[in-house]
Amino acid sequence: MIHTIFGRLDLSSLSLWRAIQDPTVSELVAAGAATAVLLGALVTVSLLTWFRLWGPLWRDWLTSVDHKRIGIMYCALALIMLARGVIEGVLMRTQQAFGLHGGFLTPDHFSQLFSTHGTIMIFFVAMPFIAGVINYVMPLQIGARDMAFPVMNQISLGLTATGAALVMISLVLGKFATGGWANYPPYTGSDFQPGPGPDYWIWSIVLAGIGTTLSGINFAVTLYKERAPGMTFLRMPIFCWTVICTSIIMIFALPPLTVAALMLAADRYLDFHFFTNDLGGNMMNYVNLFWLFGHPEVYLLVIPAYGIFSEVISTFSGKRIYGYMSMVYATMSIAVLSFCVWLHHFFTMGQSANINAAFGIASMAIAVPTGIKVYNWMATIFRGRVRMTVPMIYATGFFYLFVIGGLSGVMLANPVISYQVHNTLFLVAHFHNVIIPGVLFGLLAGYHYWFPKAFGFRLNEGWGRAAAYLWIAGFSFTFLPLYWLGLHGMPRRSATFSDPAFQPTLWLALFGAVLILAALTCLAVQLWVSIRDRDSLTVPLGDPWDGRSLEWSIPSPPPEYNFAMQPQVAARDDFAEAKTKSRAYTEPEEYEDIEMPNNTAIGMIICVCATLFGLALVFWMWWLAALSFLAIVLSITLPTFLTETTHVIPAAKIAAEHRAWLDKVKDASAVDRLEETQESNLGRALLERPTRIEAAE
Amino acid sequence: MSEHNLHPGLNLGARHGAAHEGAETILFGFWIFLMSDLVIFGLVFASYLTVANPTGAAGGPGPAEAFDLRSVFAQTVILLSSSLTFGFATLAMRHETGRRSIASWLIVTLFLGIGFLAMELRDFAHMIDVGAVPSRSGFWSAFWGLVPLHGVHVTVGCLWIVVMLIQLATLGLIPVVKMRVLRLGLYWHFLDLIWVGIFSIVYLGGQMR
Repeated sequence: MIHTIFGRLDLSSLSLWRAIQDPTVSELVAAGAATAVLLGALVTVSLLTWFRLWGPLWRDWLTSVDHKRIGIMYCALALIMLARGVIEGVLMRTQQAFGLHGGFLTPDHFSQLFSTHGTIMIFFVAMPFIAGVINYVMPLQIGARDMAFPVMNQISLGLTATGAALVMISLVLGKFATGGWANYPPYTGSDFQPGPGPDYWIWSIVLAGIGTTLSGINFAVTLYKERAPGMTFLRMPIFCWTVICTSIIMIFALPPLTVAALMLAADRYLDFHFFTNDLGGNMMNYVNLFWLFGHPEVYLLVIPAYGIFSEVISTFSGKRIYGYMSMVYATMSIAVLSFCVWLHHFFTMGQSANINAAFGIASMAIAVPTGIKVYNWMATIFRGRVRMTVPMIYATGFFYLFVIGGLSGVMLANPVISYQVHNTLFLVAHFHNVIIPGVLFGLLAGYHYWFPKAFGFRLNEGWGRAAAYLWIAGFSFTFLPLYWLGLHGMPRRSATFSDPAFQPTLWLALFGAVLILAALTCLAVQLWVSIRDRDSLTVPLGDPWDGRSLEWSIPSPPPEYNFAMQPQVAARDDFAEAKTKSRAYTEPEEYEDIEMPNNTAIGMIICVCATLFGLALVFWMWWLAALSFLAIVLSITLPTFLTETTHVIPAAKIAAEHRAWLDKVKDASAVDRLEETQESNLGRALLERPTRIEAAE
Repeated sequence: MSEHNLHPGLNLGARHGAAHEGAETILFGFWIFLMSDLVIFGLVFASYLTVANPTGAAGGPGPAEAFDLRSVFAQTVILLSSSLTFGFATLAMRHETGRRSIASWLIVTLFLGIGFLAMELRDFAHMIDVGAVPSRSGFWSAFWGLVPLHGVHVTVGCLWIVVMLIQLATLGLIPVVKMRVLRLGLYWHFLDLIWVGIFSIVYLGGQMR
């Protein structure tokens, strides 16, 4: 009976129980993490109850279909998961620093750490952060009122949160997989890992992956169909171009991951033989399917980061982006090429030299459009009105470090070199070198850049600078030494090592990891300080950085309906042009009613049911799996019988709000770029003209 | 008929007003979803082809022992006819011949879909009898990963038809219902396309080996 109800869930699944039974350091660390998760949940629930925030949380956030709120929730999820991912990274660096002939973690625990670290950082930090920024910014940049499918957008968020929740629950119940973020069978098959670990990986990835595919469809349709009048493709900000490319990758590259993970599930649950060692299984199919997803995935992450850097560099240089068309072509080329290089992840797995050569050349070719972008960014800065604000510090760090990471990528694209450094820390250094300075710095730059748009106040500049410099230094100390270790043959993913020559360098890397932890702390302090001092950082008028695209032409934070009247776009960088030609901040002749979608609980219901579904499958509670699956089906089907799904915001209300804001803009004194980070900046930018134009006149 | 099409596939036409205009975005989105689904099928087909060989069969039963081509041919005829009858339902909607005619064509389609599934299940039972089960070999794993995946899609399609019949009765021919029937149509025809692939590659291809 108990077996029917709880499946294979028993007392020994609890990591706290395991620590009581076997109080080694390794188990205590695991129990500590479980306690942290439970305490975190308890504190959150108590605070929400104490401040009576459940109602507002439910009404204003969890049931909202507003793309801006969904975007913010994505970013919040990403930052919470980032904290866990960084702590795991520091723990791994500590283990290796002490890892000469031992260390304090068991190899099994270490394997769980690198598996969850990779899974979390890619799927539950980078992807939700990207999805969050896209959600927030893209509809504003193209002058849309919302995503094309607002409810589906909420469901995507719900499914992403489901995946993250499953990974968090794995700290408390059971153990996570030990097969790395790629989770290769047959090692992750039921022959070698019969426990719940790989099942946690499978269901968190499958459920979150479906959410991401739906996001991709939503982004693409929004960009194709919801652009404001006059916003032709070639007038879109570069960030929107990068979103087109990313959504194409989401639509076509996530299915291979879903297929691979579900086939692995069939192997594990139903005794299939897709990837087993025996009876005609072929594990190379998994490797191909996984990297057919995995390689486009890294471009899915980095392309929007390129877009963010394009916006940031152009705004903080006071110039339009240099080489707009070449940027568009380069982005598209990268997106297409990203589908043609997956095999470089397994040059050593026995295909012919000709195939390796073809994929090696294709991989090197990606450096060409990427190089074009770097030159374009530098040309944008050249003779610009450059302000070294926090986003620009990240951009500078990105230039130096990302180029190093790109060059080591070109090295690895050469099969001959790849054979030598395969599965060493050289590879670990390389992909951290592109993902941290590329993706994460881009996202953090975007976070600083768009935060005042989302919340109506700027982030504290001092703590932001400290965090940025610490990230740059922390990354350099942690990962650049790993190139050296990798070239000297230290394998990746090993808890211990036996060559004392590695030790000093690993200590250096640990020092870097501590700096990264300090950077993360600075980010947290910065958020706290900024919220505390929000009155002196406020920018309600909406344009703190002398912005160039449509999102800066509206109040901060923007109203639910985004634009009081639909924007008419006449140029690239339309708002910048509007400011010079005095057509910004104009009052329309008449306001119109705006129809907006109603709040709905579908996304949350699906999130809860899908989490139960995943958990039930992990622990073989079949009744719960069937029940929660049925609940998901019903929660998708039944709302289709509702016909009242929108509400109308009356023109009078919009007119009143818009006029009040316009009056404030007219009364405010515009600030020049020297005052950008000072209290006097309320979000109205003084028009500055390049001195050489003034001189020519 | 020189009306401007707002989206690929059959358009309802301007006289349908909101349903026609709304379809531009929604149908476009659904086409993209189908493209994504097609990638899934493509990959499962590719996986199937990599194990359709003696190594993949691992000494287990081959296609000759397990496939009943006559039954599969009948299934093909039934499923392709159901696409035709669904087409009539969409045309009835476009030309506004009334709820009753749309519903009757949908019911015919539904019965054809159920007939297809029943025959397919009978074939599957036969395969299980002769030991052509997924736990036997990589080849049968790939088969059971591919053909029932299509079957599950058809089942979802049948349930969707039932939901649409209920909505036709309760909500009537309002724009959202019309747009759902249009999407269901695309979905149904898409499954036919996949079946053509299964029939040619899996079943006819199985005969050639």
